[in-house]
Formats: sequence, C-alpha cells, structure tokens
Amino acid sequence: MKNLTHLDRLEAESLHIIREVAAECENPVMLYSVGKDSAVMLHLAMKAFYPSRPPFPLMHVDTTWKFREMIEFRDRKAKELGFDLLVHVNEDGVRDGVGPFSHGSAVHTDVMKTLALKQALDKYKFDAAFGGARRDEEKSRAKERIFSFRSAEHRWDPKRQRPEPWNVYNTRINQGESVRVFPLSNWTELDIWQYIRRENIEIVPLYFAAPRPVVNWNGVDIMVDDDRMPEELRSTAVTKSVRFRTLGCYPLTGAVESTAATLEDIIQEMLLTTTSERQGRVIDADQSGSMEKKKQEGYF
Amino acid sequence: MRLNDDLIESDIAAYLEKHEHKSLLRFITCGSVDDGKSTLIGRLLYDAKMIFEDQLASLESDSKKVGTQGENIDFALLVDGLTAEREQGITIDVAYRFFATDKRKFIVADTPGHEQYTRNMATGASTADVAILMVDARKGILTQTRRHSFITSLLGIRKVVLAINKMDLINYSQQAYDDIVDDFYAFADELATDLEIQPIPMSALEGVNITSKSNETDWYDGPSLMDYLETVPVGDRRLNTPFRMPVQWVNRPNLDFRGFSGQIAAGSIQPGDRVKSMPSGKQSTVQRIVTATGDLEQAIAGQSVTITLDDEIDCSRGDVLVSAEDPSEVSDQFQARLLWMSETPLLPGRRYLLKMGAKTVTATVNAPKYGIDVNTLNDVPAKTLELNQIGVTTLSLDQAIPYDPYDVNREMGGFILIDRMTNDTVGLGLVDFALRRASNIHWQAMDVDRSALAEQKGQKPAVLWFTGLSGSGKSTIANALQKLLFAQGKHTFTLDGDNVRHGLNRDLGFTDADRVENIRRVANVARLMSDAGLITLVSFISPFRSERQMARNLMADGEFIEVYVDTPLSVAEDRDVKGLYKKARAGEIKNFTGIDSPYEPPQAPELRIDTVNNSPEEAAEVILGFMREKGLLNGE
Repeated sequence: MKNLTHLDRLEAESLHIIREVAAECENPVMLYSVGKDSAVMLHLAMKAFYPSRPPFPLMHVDTTWKFREMIEFRDRKAKELGFDLLVHVNEDGVRDGVGPFSHGSAVHTDVMKTLALKQALDKYKFDAAFGGARRDEEKSRAKERIFSFRSAEHRWDPKRQRPEPWNVYNTRINQGESVRVFPLSNWTELDIWQYIRRENIEIVPLYFAAPRPVVNWNGVDIMVDDDRMPEELRSTAVTKSVRFRTLGCYPLTGAVESTAATLEDIIQEMLLTTTSERQGRVIDADQSGSMEKKKQEGYF
Repeated sequence: MRLNDDLIESDIAAYLEKHEHKSLLRFITCGSVDDGKSTLIGRLLYDAKMIFEDQLASLESDSKKVGTQGENIDFALLVDGLTAEREQGITIDVAYRFFATDKRKFIVADTPGHEQYTRNMATGASTADVAILMVDARKGILTQTRRHSFITSLLGIRKVVLAINKMDLINYSQQAYDDIVDDFYAFADELATDLEIQPIPMSALEGVNITSKSNETDWYDGPSLMDYLETVPVGDRRLNTPFRMPVQWVNRPNLDFRGFSGQIAAGSIQPGDRVKSMPSGKQSTVQRIVTATGDLEQAIAGQSVTITLDDEIDCSRGDVLVSAEDPSEVSDQFQARLLWMSETPLLPGRRYLLKMGAKTVTATVNAPKYGIDVNTLNDVPAKTLELNQIGVTTLSLDQAIPYDPYDVNREMGGFILIDRMTNDTVGLGLVDFALRRASNIHWQAMDVDRSALAEQKGQKPAVLWFTGLSGSGKSTIANALQKLLFAQGKHTFTLDGDNVRHGLNRDLGFTDADRVENIRRVANVARLMSDAGLITLVSFISPFRSERQMARNLMADGEFIEVYVDTPLSVAEDRDVKGLYKKARAGEIKNFTGIDSPYEPPQAPELRIDTVNNSPEEAAEVILGFMREKGLLNGE
C-alpha cells in the first residue's frame, strides 16, 4: 500500500474544503487573482469536481493596474477551462482617477481592491468566496481559520471565529453575512511551487526571469508596463533580467533580479534566498501588525 | 528546510524529486509561555532555516523593544501573532506553523496553555499525530501538565513527547529529570493504556537536544526532539480499519455518470470491493475510483476521490459508503463526551444542530450525567456545561446516522454542535457508544399517529388562541412568544389575518356570517396543525364566544389555551397602528369590531393579558411560564 506524500495530503484536504463549500453554500464564488496560488486553487477546483465542472464562477477584482500579461492570461485561462469569469472594477475609483502613482499605495489598495471586493460581493450576493491565502505568508494569517466569517459589513472579528476541529466545518451564516474560504491554508510557498511542478500547472510568464524594463521607485524596482507611469519616472527605465515572486498591481510589485527561467531555477533560487516572499509587497511595510489591521477592515 | 543539502545547488531536479516524496507530520505543542513553548517553536523554525533575513531583522529590532531576553533574540516573538497577544505576552488562539526538513514536512498547532483556552487546545489536538507536552524542569509535573495530557489523549493523540525544558536552569540534573519522568508515568497510566511516551531533557533557549544531541546531557540516550519528529511513524491507524467514506457531494455531470465524492476516512478501497451505503444498508460493488488524473487501482484513507458503483442505489450527501463485510453501526441515540466551546452554557433539552462528517442533523442534548474536572480527572456533578467544561452526556438525534466510536475513528465519531439561532459552533463531541443500535431493530409497520408526530418533534401540541380587539396587540404578542418558543427548539406556526385572509379565506368579508365561517375554517386548520404536532398560535379578533367555544371543542383536552388580550377600546383606538379606527369612525369601514360590531369578552380564558401595564415581551414571558407550568414544554 503506497503512502501519501505531503503534497498528496495537502491536495486531498483542499479538495475536501472546496467540495464542502459547493455542497453547503448557496452562492459561492472563487476569487481569482491570476497569481500562482490562484493557479493552484483553480487546478484543485477542476480536480475536486471532475468529471463535472466546478459549480461556481470565477471573479477577478481588477484594479485596472494589473500587469497586462496577467489580464491576457486570465481571459485565456478562464476560456480554456470553461469557467464563467466575472470581472469587477470599482468604477467610482476609475472616475476619480485613483491610482498608485497619483494617490499612493494605501489609498489605491483601499479603493481599488478592498472597497472593490466588498462592492463585488454585495453586488452578486455571494455568501462564500474562495481565496488563495496561505497561513505561512504572514504572522497574523497563522491564526486565520479555513472558513473565515465576515459580518454583513465584511468585518473580520478575531474573537468570533469558529473552532475547526478535524475536517468538520460549520458553514452556516446569518442573513447578509459571508464566509471567506482558504483551501490553501496549510500550504507553504515551497509546497505551491512543488505542486505546480508536479502537476505541470501553467502560470503567468512574469514569474520567470526575462529582460524587462524596470525603474527604481521608492527603493523598489518596478516594471514599466504602460505609459500611465509618469514620464519622468519612465525615462529612467533600464533593462534588467528580472522576475516576480508575487503578482499584483505593477507599480506595487517589486521585481527581483534573477536569471531563473525555469521552475527548477525558481525553486532553487527560493531555497537559497534569504528574504521572505511578501517583502516585495509595498503594503506590509507600513507598520507592524498592518496586515491584521487591513484584514479587520475587509482586505482579503 | 535545513539547507545542508548540497543537492539544492548541484542538482535541483534530483533534490525536488527526493522532496516530493516527503511525509507529513502534524503535531501540537502544549504548555504556557512560561514553559518556553513559543521559544521552542521559534527555535525549531530558526534551526530549520525557516526564518528569512527580513523577518530576522524585524525580530531583532522587536526583541530589543519588547523582548524578554535582553540583547538576545526572543524566539517567542516570532510566533506570537496578533498585536493584542504581543502586547499581553500570551498566545490566545491556535496558530499553525509550517516547516520542513530533508525528511518531513511539519504542521505545528501552537496552542495556549491556560484553562480558559481548553477549547483551542482541543481544536489543535483534533488533527495532530503527536503532542509535545512542555514541562518546566524546575517545576515538574503541574496541574496544567495533567490537563494538557488529558485533553490531548481525549482527542485521540497516542504519541506524546514529554519535553522537560529549561534543563540549563537546573544544571542538567539527571536526578531531577528522572523524578519528573517517574511522576509522569505514574499519572499517565490513568489516561490511556496505549500511550507511547518519549521523554526528552532539553533547553529550548540554549538549543540543547532540539535539533541534535548535546554533550550537556551525556547521561541521556534517547533521540533529540528533531530526530524523534523526523522518524516517529506517522502511524496511520486509519489505514488498518475498515473502509469508510462520508459522501460529500454527488457527482452528476450528465445522465450517464453518477459518482460519490468524498475524502476516505478509514481503510482502503479497490474496484470490485463490496460496499454498503449507510444508513440505508443497500449494497453495491465499486466500479471505478475516478480522479482527474485517471482512474485508481486503489485509494486509501486521507485521499479525496470519486467512486462509482455498479448499481443505482440510493445514496446522497451525508450518507457513508462503508465496507460491506465490516459496516458501521447506525443509531440515533449516543453517549458522548462533550467539550463546551461557547460562552453561553449548554441548555439541556435544547435542540442543536449536530454535524458529523458531511451529515447535519438535529440533536437534543440531555443533561450531563457528570462532568470531568480537567485538572484532577475526577467525575464531578454537573447540571450543565460551561465554556471549556467537559462532560459525559447522551444525545437523541432526529434521525439515525452511521458512526464509529471516536476512539476507533476520529472522523466517524467526532462531531460539532451548532447553535441554531446564532450559528456559532458551541460544542465538540466524541461518540463513545450508541444507546441502542437502530441497525439491529427491525422496524415494525407503525401507524404514524398524532402522538408519534408530536413525539418526533419533542413537544406537546397546543393551540394558543389570541382574542381581542383590533390593535389590542395580539399579533405582536404572538410574534414575541413564537420567537421564545423557536429559541427553545419548538416547532410552531402562527395563523393570522395576514396569512389566512389572503388565501384560504379570500372569499370572506366581515359580515357576522362571514366572521363565523372565517373562524370555523381557521379553527379546523389549527386542529390539523396540532395533529401534525405543532404548537399553533392563532391571532384573530374572533369576537363571538360561540365560535371560540366551537374552536375549543375541536381540540383535544387541554390543548386549547384561550389568551384574552385585554386592551380597552379607548387604548386600542388611541394606538390605531393601522389607522383602521379612524376609517371606521369616518364610516369608511363597515362592521368594525368595537365600533359598529360587538366584541364578546371571554368569561373564563386560560390567560388574561393586560397590555396597558405589560410590554409584549413581558406578556410573552407570562404565556411561556403558563405553558411551562402546564407541562406543555416538556418533550416525551
């Protein structure tokens, strides 16, 4: 009798979680961020229901500042897999011209991401939303439940989270409340990469090193992805061989200099690296405990 | 990741090949901050090189600011997550940590040690293979060590590391260590006969016997903590027990395919194996084990799969596919150990939702037989269970479910209780045994009569007949009462003008004849509902004594309760919530009770409610008290 490897066990747990939501929640949605964790989550959703299709749509909260390659990838992937893809943009923010260059990362993230997500969940009245967050990403996430309950105002109350013994999840909610579900809770960054390799999952090419035009903004190398970047900044662009460890809004995503052009190279680099994954994200650096604060306010 | 593997640099592909086949060990750490538990976990992460430079930098600056180790790195800060906890210096919730070595991946459930966090520890223990019990070498086995041992063994952990920490503070004294170990063995005998205990002397702060054996304890010949964690068999007891798979989801992409999706809870399965679907007991043969990457020749405990069967047997979510040779029992009455997890105490007799595997049913939890003092393990008298209390009780379910005793299979015998009003998870339960085995009872053809229907709902039927003037407050009180009854798990229904006049009695007006017919129909509907076992609240002006008497005669003895909502006309007219009195006075409404149609007050109602001096909520409480007094709220 063969033994299950750690990836086998993680996969089986995730399939169980995804199925449980489909079976018990009225109107679930899978939040798709186009990143590598989302790619794994999507792959798991396909596996969970095979030969049926996953009985829920995908939703992307588009801040309008994502890398262009991400958007192309998103549209192609949804079509290939036969998913309904909902794209939500905070039109108020677009009208007010909110963006990272003009308003800074805090306002931009709040308006175009946090607020936009709340709008979208309210609009479609989703009672459950899958997210690709992992407990190893950040300290306050380590205590996040797999089923994380939100009030009708989308607030997260650390004191009211439910105990989750075994694999028995209480999915019941009151009118207007919703639940965020994290099937990848127990995966680490290395697990994600190993699984992508084992299952041959396609990811956005931005994860692989290539010569790309970058500028230094607030001490971080960011890529020139379109001409909304202020002219004086754009004019400082130099071409470097870089890749991205996480993907988000291009002005808020720090590039790392690298020549890792294959999955093996990336994993090798990761195993030998000395900085953590979230370091390239501008959002965490504000203050100690900032992620916990954001989460209470409704950031995914 | 313990980056001592040269393969990462020389041959990454070979390295990954090797690391894809690591096993997974889940363990829980129990102890208080004072015992150095967080320091131990921080140390494990640090030594496994799971701390990156940027984290280390913030750790160093935090250590100087709020650390308790002077200029040294305070490893505890690495794992104390939430801001509030960091300020208070305690770990409140279960936190999950991850690290990997060359041999294994580890998931650590880091739980707080104080008694008020018993529920958190139980949650962390429910999925763990191994428990690490932290003991301060200077203090020896304390009350809390006993408590932690009890909780982890209660939740089914059979492999225990007795981590005797802070050995540096007692000069690595072998004698002190031996005394503590002896103490613990003497105590552990009471817990479970099959505990496997590994005592290890250590200093988390100094890194002694954590990742490697230290010279400081040359008298100790056991493994270091890491050696133990890397080599202890991930004893899948579940593999050697009979096949069980709770059906999570029926997979039906088209008419030609019907599969049953679930995660295998025990044993293994192959195409051709005979299985039963429980609770129906219908048999079939496994046809295929379907996964997205191809059919499997065999599937084992822990895997999530989809199974198709040879026959079209009835099987839906919540049923369990089990080995036909060794099926599970089915029952609707259990004795169980219960850990209460809510600030609101257990209400014996109340109905809660019980979820086990993929099945959710209604369960009445009876008063505990006794409680268990988690510190002494003694039985103590208990009428209820408060937050973090553990007790032994019985439960009656509204339907029979398949189960195995918890000590045989965690997933087939572990359940949660959910409060039906708040939806909170309020209890964690472990099935010990069934009080009667429904599977062994041959069901007799039985007339399902009115008493059976009422008994099934755990209540006595009653008709509460609210009579009084328009605007007297009948519906408001009935509504308040219904909320109270519902909260107690009673099955109720309200009949009032709104839901009857628009449908059943749409053809009736407000002449005297129509009023009589209106009440006749309503009374008959109420009778049918009480036959169905419901508590029915009827809220109609019903102005005439004779019709109310007619209704009373229709009901079984003692089931008709006339509630006279006695509001003087002047008061009702003053309130005039719907503006009807105004219209009646203006002559726009004809035959209005109290204005141009008579109201005959009851002469001997069961209850008279004064709405001038009582709020609707108070009135509802009065009625509830009356029902309780008459024994109408007791189940069978």
